Amino acid sequence: MSNSEKLYNAFAHALHIDPQRISDALAYNSIPEWDSVAHMALVAEIETVFAIMMDTDDIVDMSSVGKAKQIVAKHGIAF
Amino acid sequence: MLLQDKVALITGATRGIGLATATLFAQEGAQVVISGRSLENLEEARARLVAAVPAARISALLLDVAKPDSVRDAFQALFKQASRLDALVSNAGVLDDALIGMVTEAQLERVFRTNTFGVCYCAQYAGRWMARNGSGSIINLASIIGTNGNAGQAVYAGSKAAVIGITRSLAKELAPQNVRVNAIAPGFIDTDMARSIGPEKFAARVASVMMGRVGQPEEVAKVALFLASDLSSYVTGQTIGVDGGMLI
Repeated sequence: MSNSEKLYNAFAHALHIDPQRISDALAYNSIPEWDSVAHMALVAEIETVFAIMMDTDDIVDMSSVGKAKQIVAKHGIAF
Repeated sequence: MLLQDKVALITGATRGIGLATATLFAQEGAQVVISGRSLENLEEARARLVAAVPAARISALLLDVAKPDSVRDAFQALFKQASRLDALVSNAGVLDDALIGMVTEAQLERVFRTNTFGVCYCAQYAGRWMARNGSGSIINLASIIGTNGNAGQAVYAGSKAAVIGITRSLAKELAPQNVRVNAIAPGFIDTDMARSIGPEKFAARVASVMMGRVGQPEEVAKVALFLASDLSSYVTGQTIGVDGGMLI
Protein backbone atom coordinates (compact mmCIF):
# COMPACT_ATOMS: atom_id res chain seq x y z
CA MET A 1 0.00 0.00 0.00
CA SER A 2 1.40 3.42 -0.95
CA ASN A 3 1.73 6.20 1.57
CA SER A 4 -1.02 8.13 -0.22
CA GLU A 5 -3.33 5.16 0.19
CA LYS A 6 -2.36 4.89 3.86
CA LEU A 7 -3.16 8.55 4.35
CA TYR A 8 -6.49 8.32 2.55
CA ASN A 9 -7.41 5.28 4.61
CA ALA A 10 -6.50 7.16 7.78
CA PHE A 11 -8.87 9.96 6.76
CA ALA A 12 -11.64 7.49 5.89
CA HIS A 13 -11.21 5.63 9.17
CA ALA A 14 -10.98 8.70 11.41
CA LEU A 15 -13.78 10.64 9.73
CA HIS A 16 -15.99 7.57 9.18
CA ILE A 17 -16.51 8.37 5.52
CA ASP A 18 -16.27 6.41 2.29
CA PRO A 19 -12.70 6.47 0.89
CA GLN A 20 -14.19 7.48 -2.46
CA ARG A 21 -15.02 10.88 -0.97
CA ILE A 22 -11.40 11.64 -0.20
CA SER A 23 -9.18 13.70 -2.46
CA ASP A 24 -6.30 16.09 -1.87
CA ALA A 25 -8.80 18.95 -2.15
CA LEU A 26 -10.98 17.76 0.72
CA ALA A 27 -10.83 20.56 3.30
CA TYR A 28 -11.34 20.91 7.04
CA ASN A 29 -14.90 21.89 7.95
CA SER A 30 -16.05 21.38 4.35
CA ILE A 31 -18.01 18.32 5.38
CA PRO A 32 -19.88 17.73 8.64
CA GLU A 33 -17.73 14.71 9.45
CA TRP A 34 -14.51 16.79 9.61
CA ASP A 35 -15.07 19.09 12.56
CA SER A 36 -12.67 20.02 15.35
CA VAL A 37 -13.37 16.89 17.39
CA ALA A 38 -12.87 14.66 14.37
CA HIS A 39 -9.74 16.64 13.53
CA MET A 40 -8.02 15.48 16.72
CA ALA A 41 -9.09 11.89 16.06
CA LEU A 42 -7.67 12.30 12.57
CA VAL A 43 -4.38 13.58 13.92
CA ALA A 44 -4.18 10.58 16.25
CA GLU A 45 -4.90 8.23 13.37
CA ILE A 46 -2.25 9.81 11.13
CA GLU A 47 0.32 9.82 13.92
CA THR A 48 -0.36 6.16 14.60
CA VAL A 49 -0.32 5.06 10.97
CA PHE A 50 2.95 6.83 10.21
CA ALA A 51 4.49 6.53 13.71
CA ILE A 52 5.16 10.25 13.98
CA MET A 53 4.47 13.03 16.44
CA MET A 54 3.18 16.15 14.76
CA ASP A 55 4.00 19.71 15.68
CA THR A 56 1.11 21.59 17.29
CA ASP A 57 1.35 24.31 14.62
CA ASP A 58 1.03 21.68 11.91
CA ILE A 59 -2.13 20.31 13.53
CA VAL A 60 -3.68 23.74 13.31
CA ASP A 61 -2.41 24.19 9.74
CA MET A 62 -3.69 20.82 8.51
CA SER A 63 -6.51 22.34 6.53
CA SER A 64 -6.86 19.78 3.74
CA VAL A 65 -5.80 16.30 2.70
CA GLY A 66 -3.18 17.83 0.43
CA LYS A 67 -1.82 19.89 3.31
CA ALA A 68 -1.72 16.76 5.44
CA LYS A 69 0.53 15.15 2.84
CA GLN A 70 2.93 18.09 3.05
CA ILE A 71 2.98 17.91 6.85
CA VAL A 72 3.51 14.17 7.02
CA ALA A 73 6.24 14.48 4.36
CA LYS A 74 8.19 16.70 6.78
CA HIS A 75 8.68 13.57 8.91
CA GLY A 76 10.51 11.76 6.10
CA ILE A 77 7.45 10.06 4.64
CA ALA A 78 7.50 10.18 0.83
CA PHE A 79 4.36 10.67 -1.25
CA MET B 1 5.63 -1.59 42.66
CA LEU B 2 3.06 1.00 41.71
CA LEU B 3 4.65 2.22 38.48
CA GLN B 4 6.34 -0.90 37.16
CA ASP B 5 7.39 -0.35 33.53
CA LYS B 6 5.48 2.93 33.27
CA VAL B 7 7.17 5.82 31.48
CA ALA B 8 7.02 9.12 33.33
CA LEU B 9 8.24 12.54 32.23
CA ILE B 10 8.89 15.06 34.98
CA THR B 11 9.60 18.69 34.14
CA GLY B 12 11.75 20.81 36.42
CA ALA B 13 13.18 17.59 37.79
CA THR B 14 16.67 18.67 38.77
CA ARG B 15 15.80 19.67 42.33
CA GLY B 16 13.06 20.09 44.92
CA ILE B 17 9.66 18.54 44.29
CA GLY B 18 10.62 17.42 40.79
CA LEU B 19 13.69 15.54 41.92
CA ALA B 20 11.83 13.99 44.86
CA THR B 21 9.10 12.85 42.50
CA ALA B 22 11.61 11.40 40.06
CA THR B 23 13.26 9.50 42.90
CA LEU B 24 10.00 8.06 44.21
CA PHE B 25 8.78 7.13 40.74
CA ALA B 26 12.08 5.36 40.05
CA GLN B 27 11.78 3.48 43.33
CA GLU B 28 8.33 2.37 42.21
CA GLY B 29 9.65 0.87 38.98
CA ALA B 30 9.01 3.65 36.50
CA GLN B 31 11.24 4.50 33.60
CA VAL B 32 11.80 8.14 34.49
CA VAL B 33 12.62 10.93 32.08
CA ILE B 34 13.88 13.98 33.92
CA SER B 35 13.91 17.31 32.18
CA GLY B 36 15.28 20.75 32.84
CA ARG B 37 16.93 23.74 31.22
CA SER B 38 20.52 23.02 32.24
CA LEU B 39 22.47 20.03 31.00
CA GLU B 40 24.83 20.33 33.94
CA ASN B 41 21.99 20.27 36.45
CA LEU B 42 20.36 17.36 34.64
CA GLU B 43 23.56 15.32 34.81
CA GLU B 44 23.90 16.11 38.51
CA ALA B 45 20.28 15.12 39.16
CA ARG B 46 20.69 11.95 37.16
CA ALA B 47 23.76 10.99 39.20
CA ARG B 48 21.84 11.60 42.44
CA LEU B 49 18.95 9.49 41.19
CA VAL B 50 21.16 6.61 40.19
CA ALA B 51 22.92 6.79 43.56
CA ALA B 52 19.58 6.70 45.36
CA VAL B 53 18.01 4.04 43.15
CA PRO B 54 20.80 1.99 41.51
CA ALA B 55 18.36 -0.04 39.41
CA ALA B 56 16.65 3.09 38.12
CA ARG B 57 16.09 3.59 34.42
CA ILE B 58 16.69 7.31 34.04
CA SER B 59 17.06 9.42 30.96
CA ALA B 60 17.48 13.16 30.73
CA LEU B 61 15.95 15.63 28.35
CA LEU B 62 16.83 19.29 27.84
CA LEU B 63 13.55 21.15 27.99
CA ASP B 64 12.50 24.73 28.58
CA VAL B 65 8.74 24.50 29.07
CA ALA B 66 8.35 28.23 28.41
CA LYS B 67 9.44 27.75 24.80
CA PRO B 68 7.04 25.92 22.48
CA ASP B 69 9.82 24.89 20.11
CA SER B 70 11.75 23.36 22.99
CA VAL B 71 8.67 21.45 24.12
CA ARG B 72 8.05 20.20 20.58
CA ASP B 73 11.65 19.07 20.14
CA ALA B 74 11.72 17.36 23.53
CA PHE B 75 8.51 15.44 22.96
CA GLN B 76 9.52 14.42 19.46
CA ALA B 77 12.85 13.19 20.82
CA LEU B 78 11.09 11.33 23.61
CA PHE B 79 8.66 9.83 21.10
CA LYS B 80 11.60 8.33 19.22
CA GLN B 81 13.11 6.75 22.31
CA ALA B 82 10.03 5.65 24.25
CA SER B 83 7.11 3.63 22.99
CA ARG B 84 4.67 5.30 25.33
CA LEU B 85 4.15 7.97 27.93
CA ASP B 86 2.12 7.02 30.99
CA ALA B 87 2.60 10.00 33.26
CA LEU B 88 3.55 13.64 32.90
CA VAL B 89 4.36 15.68 35.96
CA SER B 90 4.37 19.36 34.95
CA ASN B 91 6.42 20.67 37.81
CA ALA B 92 8.68 23.31 36.26
CA GLY B 93 7.89 26.66 37.78
CA VAL B 94 9.29 30.03 38.74
CA LEU B 95 8.57 32.39 41.59
CA ASP B 96 8.95 36.13 41.11
CA ASP B 97 7.02 38.11 43.68
CA ALA B 98 6.20 41.81 43.70
CA LEU B 99 3.44 44.09 44.92
CA ILE B 100 1.02 44.75 42.11
CA GLY B 101 2.14 48.31 41.62
CA MET B 102 5.66 47.14 40.91
CA VAL B 103 4.94 44.21 38.63
CA THR B 104 6.69 44.59 35.30
CA GLU B 105 5.62 43.23 31.95
CA ALA B 106 8.78 41.15 31.90
CA GLN B 107 7.81 39.52 35.22
CA LEU B 108 4.35 38.72 33.95
CA GLU B 109 5.76 37.22 30.78
CA ARG B 110 8.36 35.14 32.57
CA VAL B 111 6.06 33.75 35.25
CA PHE B 112 3.11 32.97 33.02
CA ARG B 113 5.26 31.56 30.23
CA THR B 114 6.82 29.01 32.56
CA ASN B 115 4.09 28.30 35.11
CA THR B 116 1.05 28.42 32.84
CA PHE B 117 1.98 28.32 29.16
CA GLY B 118 4.46 25.55 29.90
CA VAL B 119 1.72 23.41 31.41
CA CYS B 120 -0.37 23.89 28.26
CA TYR B 121 2.48 23.20 25.86
CA CYS B 122 3.42 19.96 27.60
CA ALA B 123 -0.19 18.84 27.96
CA GLN B 124 -0.75 19.32 24.23
CA TYR B 125 1.83 16.72 23.33
CA ALA B 126 1.40 14.43 26.31
CA GLY B 127 -2.38 14.46 26.05
CA ARG B 128 -2.34 13.50 22.40
CA TRP B 129 0.19 10.77 22.97
CA MET B 130 -1.64 9.33 25.95
CA ALA B 131 -4.98 9.50 24.12
CA ARG B 132 -3.52 7.42 21.34
CA ASN B 133 -2.44 4.82 23.89
CA GLY B 134 -5.81 4.94 25.62
CA SER B 135 -4.48 5.80 29.06
CA GLY B 136 -2.33 8.22 30.97
CA SER B 137 -2.09 10.61 33.87
CA ILE B 138 -1.17 14.28 33.70
CA ILE B 139 -0.25 15.90 37.00
CA ASN B 140 0.09 19.66 37.10
CA LEU B 141 1.74 21.46 39.98
CA ALA B 142 -0.45 24.32 41.13
CA SER B 143 -0.03 25.98 44.54
CA ILE B 144 -1.93 27.00 47.62
CA ILE B 145 -1.17 30.54 46.44
CA GLY B 146 -3.20 29.74 43.33
CA THR B 147 -6.19 28.51 45.35
CA ASN B 148 -6.10 31.13 48.13
CA GLY B 149 -4.09 34.08 46.82
CA ASN B 150 -1.54 36.01 48.83
CA ALA B 151 -0.44 39.62 49.17
CA GLY B 152 2.52 40.39 46.97
CA GLN B 153 2.03 37.27 44.88
CA ALA B 154 -0.67 38.28 42.42
CA VAL B 155 1.31 37.20 39.39
CA TYR B 156 2.37 33.85 40.81
CA ALA B 157 -1.16 33.30 42.15
CA GLY B 158 -2.67 34.06 38.77
CA SER B 159 -0.29 31.74 36.99
CA LYS B 160 -1.10 28.90 39.38
CA ALA B 161 -4.86 29.56 39.52
CA ALA B 162 -4.79 29.26 35.75
CA VAL B 163 -3.17 25.86 36.13
CA ILE B 164 -6.18 24.71 38.14
CA GLY B 165 -8.60 25.91 35.45
CA ILE B 166 -6.52 24.25 32.77
CA THR B 167 -6.47 21.04 34.78
CA ARG B 168 -10.24 20.94 35.21
CA SER B 169 -10.82 21.63 31.53
CA LEU B 170 -8.30 19.10 30.31
CA ALA B 171 -9.76 16.50 32.64
CA LYS B 172 -13.10 16.88 30.90
CA GLU B 173 -11.57 16.99 27.44
CA LEU B 174 -9.38 13.93 27.86
CA ALA B 175 -11.56 11.74 30.07
CA PRO B 176 -13.16 9.96 27.10
CA GLN B 177 -9.67 8.79 26.09
CA ASN B 178 -9.02 7.52 29.63
CA VAL B 179 -6.45 10.23 30.29
CA ARG B 180 -6.73 11.64 33.80
CA VAL B 181 -5.63 15.18 34.63
CA ASN B 182 -5.19 16.39 38.19
CA ALA B 183 -3.36 19.11 40.03
CA ILE B 184 -1.43 19.24 43.26
CA ALA B 185 -1.50 22.43 45.30
CA PRO B 186 1.50 22.35 47.63
CA GLY B 187 1.60 24.65 50.61
CA PHE B 188 4.91 25.67 52.09
CA ILE B 189 7.45 23.08 50.96
CA ASP B 190 11.14 23.09 51.82
CA THR B 191 12.63 23.79 48.41
CA ASP B 192 15.25 26.19 47.10
CA MET B 193 12.40 28.28 45.73
CA ALA B 194 10.76 28.50 49.17
CA ARG B 195 14.10 29.31 50.84
CA SER B 196 14.64 32.13 48.35
CA ILE B 197 12.18 34.34 50.26
CA GLY B 198 14.65 34.80 53.13
CA PRO B 199 14.78 33.46 56.72
CA GLU B 200 12.29 35.91 58.29
CA LYS B 201 9.56 35.33 55.76
CA PHE B 202 10.35 31.63 55.85
CA ALA B 203 9.72 31.51 59.61
CA ALA B 204 6.52 33.51 59.22
CA ARG B 205 5.25 31.08 56.62
CA VAL B 206 6.01 28.09 58.85
CA ALA B 207 4.03 29.79 61.61
CA SER B 208 0.98 29.79 59.36
CA VAL B 209 1.06 26.03 58.95
CA MET B 210 -1.27 24.26 61.38
CA MET B 211 1.01 21.22 61.48
CA GLY B 212 3.77 23.54 62.65
CA ARG B 213 6.42 22.57 60.17
CA VAL B 214 7.46 23.05 56.57
CA GLY B 215 6.49 20.26 54.19
CA GLN B 216 9.06 18.08 52.52
CA PRO B 217 9.30 17.58 48.74
CA GLU B 218 8.88 13.84 49.31
CA GLU B 219 5.45 14.48 50.82
CA VAL B 220 4.34 16.11 47.60
CA ALA B 221 5.95 13.32 45.60
CA LYS B 222 3.80 10.75 47.40
CA VAL B 223 0.65 12.47 46.17
CA ALA B 224 2.10 12.61 42.66
CA LEU B 225 2.71 8.87 42.94
CA PHE B 226 -0.92 8.32 43.95
CA LEU B 227 -2.10 10.35 40.96
CA ALA B 228 0.27 8.68 38.50
CA SER B 229 -0.63 5.17 39.62
CA ASP B 230 -3.77 3.09 39.28
CA LEU B 231 -4.54 3.87 42.92
CA SER B 232 -6.27 6.96 41.53
CA SER B 233 -7.84 5.28 38.50
CA TYR B 234 -11.17 7.06 38.99
CA VAL B 235 -9.77 10.45 40.02
CA THR B 236 -9.66 13.27 37.50
CA GLY B 237 -10.11 17.04 37.46
CA GLN B 238 -9.12 17.35 41.12
CA THR B 239 -6.73 19.68 42.90
CA ILE B 240 -5.23 18.03 45.94
CA GLY B 241 -3.76 20.27 48.61
CA VAL B 242 -0.54 19.16 50.27
CA ASP B 243 -0.17 21.93 52.80
CA GLY B 244 -0.22 20.66 56.39
CA GLY B 245 -3.26 22.82 57.10
CA MET B 246 -1.62 26.04 56.00
CA LEU B 247 -3.68 29.19 56.47
CA ILE B 248 -3.42 32.07 54.05
